[in-house]
Amino acid sequence: MNGPVRGASPHAHDPSGVSMIMLQVCLALVPVTTWAFYLFGWPAVFVWILCISAAIASEALSLWLMQQPYSRLLDGSGLLTGWLLALTLPPWSPWWVAVGGAAFAIIIGKQIYGGIGQNIFNPALLARIALLISFPVPLTTWVAPQLYPGFMESLGIVFANAPLSELGADGVTGATWLGDSKAFVRAGGDMQEYMTTSFSLSDAFFGYSRGSMGEVSALLALLGGAYLMYRRIISWHIPLSLLGTVALLAVIGHQANAAAFAPLQFHLLSGGLILGAFFYATDYVTTPSSRSGQILFGIGSGILIYSIRSWGGFPEAVAFGILMMNALTPLIDRVTRPRVYGRNRQGNAIKHVSAQRRVN
Amino acid sequence: MLGLGRFRGGVHPKGHKEPTRVNSILTNPPLPPMLYLPLCQHSGDDALPLVSIGERVLKGQKIACADGRMSANVHAPTSGVIRDIRAITMPHPSGLPARAILLEPDGQEEWVELTPPADPYAIPQEELAGLVEEAGIVGMGGAIFPAAIKLRQGRRYEIKTLIVNGSECEPFLTTDDRLMCERAEEIIEGTKLVRHIIEAYRAVIAVEDNKPEAIAALKKAAEGIGSIEIAVVPARYPMGSAKQLIQAITGQEVPAGKRSNDIGVLVHNVATVYAIQQALVYGKPLISRITTVGGDCIRSPRNVEALLGTPVQYLFDVCGGLLETPSRLLMGGPMMGQVLPTTDTPMIKGSSGLLALTKREVNEHVPDPCIRCARCVNACPMGLLPLEMANGAKRDDFDAANDAGLKDCILCGSCAYVCPSHIPLVQYFEYAKGELRDRRAETDKLALTKTLTEAKTARVEAEKAAKEAAKAAKEAAKAAKAAKKKADAEKKAAAKKAAEEAAAATPPESAGVAGESTDQTILTQEEEQS
Repeated sequence: MNGPVRGASPHAHDPSGVSMIMLQVCLALVPVTTWAFYLFGWPAVFVWILCISAAIASEALSLWLMQQPYSRLLDGSGLLTGWLLALTLPPWSPWWVAVGGAAFAIIIGKQIYGGIGQNIFNPALLARIALLISFPVPLTTWVAPQLYPGFMESLGIVFANAPLSELGADGVTGATWLGDSKAFVRAGGDMQEYMTTSFSLSDAFFGYSRGSMGEVSALLALLGGAYLMYRRIISWHIPLSLLGTVALLAVIGHQANAAAFAPLQFHLLSGGLILGAFFYATDYVTTPSSRSGQILFGIGSGILIYSIRSWGGFPEAVAFGILMMNALTPLIDRVTRPRVYGRNRQGNAIKHVSAQRRVN
Repeated sequence: MLGLGRFRGGVHPKGHKEPTRVNSILTNPPLPPMLYLPLCQHSGDDALPLVSIGERVLKGQKIACADGRMSANVHAPTSGVIRDIRAITMPHPSGLPARAILLEPDGQEEWVELTPPADPYAIPQEELAGLVEEAGIVGMGGAIFPAAIKLRQGRRYEIKTLIVNGSECEPFLTTDDRLMCERAEEIIEGTKLVRHIIEAYRAVIAVEDNKPEAIAALKKAAEGIGSIEIAVVPARYPMGSAKQLIQAITGQEVPAGKRSNDIGVLVHNVATVYAIQQALVYGKPLISRITTVGGDCIRSPRNVEALLGTPVQYLFDVCGGLLETPSRLLMGGPMMGQVLPTTDTPMIKGSSGLLALTKREVNEHVPDPCIRCARCVNACPMGLLPLEMANGAKRDDFDAANDAGLKDCILCGSCAYVCPSHIPLVQYFEYAKGELRDRRAETDKLALTKTLTEAKTARVEAEKAAKEAAKAAKEAAKAAKAAKKKADAEKKAAAKKAAEEAAAATPPESAGVAGESTDQTILTQEEEQS
């Protein structure tokens, strides 16, 4: 049919808008991001700026190629995708990781499918995984927090790929808790021992550890998620079912074999689990539309994340788990259609006893 | 199952009811210089004019007569002279012309002799339904479906619950609210009468909890009358939709493809019940209604009890005129109301509101692509997938749209109201429904043509056979000319009779079936709107 004609009902609209939603999500990311800037210094700021600028530039390029209105740039989705990608990257990533990742996220992850609303996979996570598989070394180079290189030094780290070892201090880079614990157990260590010697619950909760920009502070991620729920941008269904599933599996695993499986608090607070549950697993485009479908999505992601963390090759499982469930979203949507008023689940009219009493 | 007082989805649009709720109804505004009375203010065919140009008519006199079951009578709203019967611009988005009677009031307000029944409870209920029909009453909530048909339908079913719909959920509109506040006793009396006519077991007046004054007034008026309940339902759009209200009050859902009668429920709007009471107690036909003149463009918005046929512009002037050029003119509420092409069109029986909205109130934007946020899915009171329906309509795949729920859509607009991408979902649905309707009409027409052709072939063959029989008989008669004259005559007669019978076998029946199915469709639509 042809374009809209003025005058179709309804003649009122609530004050929401696409760009408003995107900006609200960005707002919810501010605490996590600010903390990352504080913890990891100038390089993190550069990576963040690079991701966002490259995302918006790629968006503009795609719109130009597809001859679509540039006004779409204002919907805020490019900004958000760049931002979300930045938070998944190691804070001291080289410039080409940030720029290439953002371009991949926007062009391959989103615009190739037809632009906003059409993609199957979460663009930011897709880009992160593509980077991780293609360039495993820079993507797993985790620096210790609070090193504070100077401004020029930071430019060198991000743009000139200055070797980190030249910074002097030993132990500048290392593994995250998730990777470290896994290696420890593989090498024959006892998980419980690792928990007491290496893991710090308060550091994980408040955010003082190695990790990607967005994942270090569980508290601030939770704060952002709570804000999104309060503003009704997201509902509780996906985050809580996802976190609940991981929690349940963690309890079961730890009860069954405490030496091999990490306890509940470790699973919930380490890695990007909370950030992922509230910000990545709740992406409208790539997750189911019905409430029951969202719960299924959350449970499925939770199972996958726990499985990959416990038995998989990569320790950071959140992105993989969510992406796999993204692929299942159309199927979940099909099987979890809401029941229609006056019909049963199969779509047939519900049965009734006819009230007809006399035929005239 | 959802608990009582609840239904799935729905939205909470900003009410905008305060400006008109606080003022009492303005009754007897000055007479307009001319009344424009469309012959079609109901869901059926045009009524037939009973008056001629130049004739003087009295207030309440029937000036046009219902033509067919779905049609309704039109009465003179005041005494005066018929000036013309011609096409005027109708209060419909198309702005297409339709015939209307132009009545110039003479200011006398001289009533025709009213003949109300001495005791409405003493005469048969069928006759009461007839009086309602005579009074030209249609569904005043906007459905404009003849009220008498609904009453008669109700009599054919065992109605367990009569629901009087006072849950006016559209923003801006407060006509039902004010009516309930100021004329609660009449509404209670009307409810009693309707309940009596359809012999309902239980009568419930359902009012949203954002109308405390109306609830109090109705409760006071209903004191001591045990058979009428006042039910307070949560304020949520579209609570006023029959299906959702039935679910909220009875906990039952109307099965798909069925009407509320089938589960023993009948829903009438409060304003309709009021009009029925006026007709049965005072013998007054439907010549006026209360309408909300509102929107930020109106200087002093309020409810006005105005004569049918009053031009919209006149009512705006009565309310202080326009403060600015309206961004949109509406008849009805902003969620389901229709755009008025101009302020020169008249107010009619179904005009629950006349709104002049500012740009800010309409909040229209250029649509963005769908971001699959699923707000529409969660807002849909019917449990449909609006985004999938719109996608189907967009690519003219109406089967896909139907499969995603178009066939159950009540066009309430909740989805489009919440859509952050401002996609005009309802417009897609209207378009697809229209196309499907055309397609169905085409199929019906083909079927009818087929039956007619078949009948014609049969008739032609029968005639041929009869002719041959007659010819044979003639020849036989020739051969046996002398033999049996009497027998020959008999044979001839028999052949003639056969021909007549064959000729009589033309197919008006199939036409009747098609008519019935149209009625069914209209009835179903009406259910959705009341």
